[in-house]
Amino acid sequence: MISVKDVSYIYMKGTPFEKTALENISFDVAEGEVLAIAGHTGSGKSTLIQIMAGLIDLQSGFVEIDNLPVTDKKIRRLVGIVFQYPEHQLFEETVELDIAFAPKNFELSDAEISARVEEAMRLVGLPPELKKVSPFELSGGQRRRVAIAGILALKPKYLILDEPTAGLDPLAKENLLKEIFGTVKKSGVTIILVSHNMEDIVRFANRVIVLAQGKILFNGTPRELFVQDKILARAGLEPPPITQLLHKLGIEENILSLDEAEKIILRRFHLPNST
Amino acid sequence: MEIIRVENLRYVYKSSSGDKVALDDINFSINDGEFVAIIGTNGSGKSTLAKHFNALLLPTTGKIFIDGLDTSDEKNLWAVRENVGMVFQNPDSEIVAAIVEDDVAFGLENLGIEPNKIRERVDLALDAVNMSDYKKFAPSKLSGGQKQRIAIAGVIAMGTKIIVFDEPTAMLDPMGRREIMQMVKRLHTQGKTIIYITHFMEEAAEAQRVFVMESGQIIRDDTPREIFTDVKEMRRLGFDIPVAAELADRLRKKNFKLPPKILTADELVEALK
Repeated sequence: MISVKDVSYIYMKGTPFEKTALENISFDVAEGEVLAIAGHTGSGKSTLIQIMAGLIDLQSGFVEIDNLPVTDKKIRRLVGIVFQYPEHQLFEETVELDIAFAPKNFELSDAEISARVEEAMRLVGLPPELKKVSPFELSGGQRRRVAIAGILALKPKYLILDEPTAGLDPLAKENLLKEIFGTVKKSGVTIILVSHNMEDIVRFANRVIVLAQGKILFNGTPRELFVQDKILARAGLEPPPITQLLHKLGIEENILSLDEAEKIILRRFHLPNST
Repeated sequence: MEIIRVENLRYVYKSSSGDKVALDDINFSINDGEFVAIIGTNGSGKSTLAKHFNALLLPTTGKIFIDGLDTSDEKNLWAVRENVGMVFQNPDSEIVAAIVEDDVAFGLENLGIEPNKIRERVDLALDAVNMSDYKKFAPSKLSGGQKQRIAIAGVIAMGTKIIVFDEPTAMLDPMGRREIMQMVKRLHTQGKTIIYITHFMEEAAEAQRVFVMESGQIIRDDTPREIFTDVKEMRRLGFDIPVAAELADRLRKKNFKLPPKILTADELVEALK
């Protein structure tokens, strides 16, 4: 379990440029869940996930990962973080070397490293024959997979993904989501998904936290969130397009998928319309 | 009136591991003041095509004419670039100056325009993107959407007739995306010719005309309505289908008598009344 308690964070503290990024943030992440963190640019999302991964020092409050304080170096093996556009950080000559780069720092045997590289490639759907290929010859979607595999090779228990599909075309995006929330999730990892795509949050998250101006405005299921128009507006978020469409039809229930929409319309408009 | 003409355009990337055909036999004509969106998967050739409009790339074979000027003729280079402004995906890699107004003035200074004229054009351009309050700011203090507006102001200040946007909203949050889309639509109504590359289908649906690219070719050139209501083809290409079109398609299969080619939520609501 990850426990975040009363965390506040101020950038450039004690200067005229002082800016509060987080204010009294508390929540838990349970093992095996998919927690989404939503909020627009400047809401504090990035600061929060970096604190959770131990990359920014705490100023106040505390964070515990499996009962270890986040300042304990051991948590580096528990929490993996994939930043936005992680493929910009690829640099090795081959896919295999790039994925193996981080595990090599963890004093693992060559056999263990090579097993981890293969397993990580399998999880993100990269065919083994790409091992010896330069990552720079791959498509954007594949490069992103290599970068994610590099984190998975550390075998983190908690995986933080910051907008993992940003900039991908719709097909590459869909395939990557299927891998993350299919094979990767089934491998047992707990996923924290930073996203402002409400459709993705509805499809994959058990729970969503909405951040605005450094505060938690909402912590609950996606379905509960979309009746909270005021919260959404304050956070600069919108319900998924299908939910908005059904609201326009005068259907107030929270419809989150096309299947649900089809069913409720068949029921409400049971006589086929004659136009 | 025609402002862009592309004839038998072919572009081949040469590399040590072999040649790759990025664009193959592209032909089209765009009129002054049109708003054209280009969609296609990564690697379909969209960005390669975009770089041909202001001669960042020159055709391997074939021709592209901007306002009648052949881009592959070296003496036309500056005239072409004075006609075509570009806005790219990543605002951080476009911004060059330490203060917003200097960044907007950058292109003009390179054209050797007098300082007081520059000042006037920069002020107007910043006003057009609602960023006048930020002219003395450091770009690094701005959000992604604001940075992208600065990049657009730079293009507005240049006064080009054509503006090419290559996925300008890919790195922005929903609010930032809406801001940019509003800006683009306004530029279009002011008479600019817009070429807008995107992965977001709802943005492409705002254009007058959509090109669909696949494997270096333009496989469809039609109105957004014709393209986005072709649910089967959209699915084959792996694109997102607008929810209203997809829901209408499902309801028709359940014997709902709906008019063809429903694209927007409002149209579906109207049809179901």
